[in-house]
Amino acid sequence: MNGRLPWFAISVLVLGYLFLYSPIVSLIFYSFNESRLVTVWAGFSTKWYGALMHNDALLSGAWLSLQIAFLTASVAVVLGTLAAFALIRFGNFRGRTLFAGMVTAPLVMPEVITGLSLLLLFVAMEGVLGWPERGMMTIVIAHATFATAYVTVVVQSRLGQIDMSLEEAAMDLGARPFKVVRVITLPLIWPAMLAGWLLAFTLSFDDLVIATFTSGPGAKTLPMEVFSSVRMGVSPQINALATIFIVVVTSMVVIANQVAFRRRA
Amino acid sequence: MKSPAKSFAARVRKLNQPGAAGRMTALVIPYAWLALFFLLPLLIVLKISVAESVMGIPPYEPLLRLAENATVQIHLTFSNFVLLLRDDMYVVAYLNSVKIAAISTLVSVVVGYSMAYGIVSSPLRWRYLLLMLIIIPFWTSFLIRIYAMIGFLKDNGLVNNLLMSLGVIDQPLAIMYTPLAVYIGIVYSYLPFMILPIYAALERTDPSLLEAASDLGARPWKAFLRVTLPLSMPGVVAGSLLVFIPAVGEFVIPELLGGLGSPMIGKVLWAEFFNNRDWPVASAVAVAMLALLVVPVMMFDRFASRYFRGRS
Repeated sequence: MNGRLPWFAISVLVLGYLFLYSPIVSLIFYSFNESRLVTVWAGFSTKWYGALMHNDALLSGAWLSLQIAFLTASVAVVLGTLAAFALIRFGNFRGRTLFAGMVTAPLVMPEVITGLSLLLLFVAMEGVLGWPERGMMTIVIAHATFATAYVTVVVQSRLGQIDMSLEEAAMDLGARPFKVVRVITLPLIWPAMLAGWLLAFTLSFDDLVIATFTSGPGAKTLPMEVFSSVRMGVSPQINALATIFIVVVTSMVVIANQVAFRRRA
Repeated sequence: MKSPAKSFAARVRKLNQPGAAGRMTALVIPYAWLALFFLLPLLIVLKISVAESVMGIPPYEPLLRLAENATVQIHLTFSNFVLLLRDDMYVVAYLNSVKIAAISTLVSVVVGYSMAYGIVSSPLRWRYLLLMLIIIPFWTSFLIRIYAMIGFLKDNGLVNNLLMSLGVIDQPLAIMYTPLAVYIGIVYSYLPFMILPIYAALERTDPSLLEAASDLGARPWKAFLRVTLPLSMPGVVAGSLLVFIPAVGEFVIPELLGGLGSPMIGKVLWAEFFNNRDWPVASAVAVAMLALLVVPVMMFDRFASRYFRGRS
């Protein structure tokens, strides 16, 4: 499509981006507000950022969430890459339809259902096996299950683009399949695996509902702390926390895209 | 017809092929994980939804129990589902969720399509930036964006302050804690999920098709309706499923932005579980929700297998 941008498209874009960004911009703006009242401007201040550093509940929640997100992403990237291999390279094996369904359904499954069903499983397992104890480990299992779906989508679309003749050539030259994967396939798909890892990390770090269901006593993640604080009303400390988060995520997305863009160019 | 012995031999031969063991592990590990942590939990929900609730931990009766005379008794009750149908609260919340999700999806299609179309028709050097600005909210915390919406919509929030200072209104519009806030919240949070697949579909459309239509005398509007729109339908369907299905079960948005006037089924499930500690009724609510979503989820699965895996 070419030619001048019609006025209709311009106004739609302006309105659309205003809608997407004005809540975020106003949130960032009021994080530097002197006043406790989030919406009355009383002068520039960074005191809420300072207060954040002394908020032990939020800090320990953040530490727990970082650990969970790291473990989740690492498990999901292994499971998701294996699942992507199975779906793209193994042809029509028995039980493929069920497998493909189980891989994609978690992408859209409402979180309350995933959370409730996993909690019921963990309670049943605890009754029969005496394991797992609910807490960090059960949250990681729950998060890895839905994050695997996202990793699979990202990796399999890359795997589908790879020219298979490279792998076939290596096989013809006598390389064992494991070596082919290690020397040819993995170097080609690692950017997708990294993207999947980051996506899994972000999804886990952000999740409230599934973590609340599957957590045990004492394990309160950052979103759980934020949620209980937001329920009490808006607070400038949450604005400060949100601002830090938005800045980190935005710079990561920009850097990742620059890298990907340069590789392609 | 293969004899069993032959097929066994074939299988052994297959196992001896290079890489067969590796292939088995690559398949079995994720398969087992998903069967254990995705499929089995759903079956347990189904099971507990027909169990009787009791006080205790866990707060439901086991379905199978060895009675004193060593026979197996099956405790199976549909009373949880009868309760859902009898009590207006559940029916209203159920229908309301479907209505809110459907209308939000429709609004997202209109807004998302217009924006995706705008991005595709803008000059190449702008497109990269415009797309990035869609992707960034997609990566940013869902909870934080809902929180930002509170500051945006509340009585002394940005919208009301702006409208009042412009003299459009004298007193703040009550948007927060109304169904309208829930609609705005859902469209706001799920919009990137609508824009990205539609953009992908529009970008793939061959511009020469539009030129051909216009050479044959079609007006731009007609060419859009007859060429662009049908070709971008896969994107619209994918986006709609990505918005509708999670929106039906949404909890955080109605909880933080909505009021008592907008009950949703996800909120009811949460309350049954965490406040009433009635696990069987919570499970029955989940089963009712799944019954509604099973067709859309299967549509999404079929769609995804064509869309993500291309040739297979």
